[in-house]
Amino acid sequence: MTTMTATTTQVYQVFIKASPEVIWDAITKPEFTSKYFHGVTIDTSPEERRSYSGSELKSVQEVLEFEPPRRLVHSWISYYDQEMAAEEPSRVSWEIEPQEGDYSLLTVVHDQLEGAPKTAASVSGAGWMMVLSGLKTLLETGEPLTSF
Amino acid sequence: MDDDGVFKALADPTRRHLLDRLFERDGRTLTELESELEMTRFGVMKHLRVLEEAGLVATRRSGREKLHFLNPVPIRLIHDRWIDKYTERRVSALTDLKTQLEETG
Repeated sequence: MTTMTATTTQVYQVFIKASPEVIWDAITKPEFTSKYFHGVTIDTSPEERRSYSGSELKSVQEVLEFEPPRRLVHSWISYYDQEMAAEEPSRVSWEIEPQEGDYSLLTVVHDQLEGAPKTAASVSGAGWMMVLSGLKTLLETGEPLTSF
Repeated sequence: MDDDGVFKALADPTRRHLLDRLFERDGRTLTELESELEMTRFGVMKHLRVLEEAGLVATRRSGREKLHFLNPVPIRLIHDRWIDKYTERRVSALTDLKTQLEETG
């Protein structure tokens, strides 16, 4: 069997040729997120992470840690799907570490997925990979990877 | 950080096997991974280090344990960089052929 049991902790890492400050802006400011985060406009303040589709507010998640430009932790509910939206909230942590040669290492840890098996399976497929690959392309080339 | 490291890491059957084990169940310790392989602990460690350097395996500490996680992002990047590029070309070659045939026909 090669089917995957999506685990309750998932770790994703990507090297991006950009400073931690630039990456921080790209994950917290709405003008960036719409270009790589499944077309969703996300505005993150020290208290809340608000997701919009166009100008319509779709979801508000709690921000648990807000330490620019190194660490952002917020709760996660896959509000875009009815079944997943009914699951328990999980947690997403973004860690940004400067590296040699103008690179930064971005780590995304999606954990506390015990009460959200459908969400776990959904984000572990193309989910986070598309987001991180899109973010890297956007910051390194100035162009979005996909147009939404 | 570069494609070379990823291709080299993937060029070894033991390392691909380790990635498949992590794909089945993520977040494992060296001891768990070692128990499924006919290989010394040192051998498994060496392969895991190559995978880690290529960015295909990420490690996190959980108490006293070091857990290994499959990081699929570099494979996605290779997909975006190589696979998409060539499939796009094949599609456009067919589109060109269609245009040409329809123009002359």
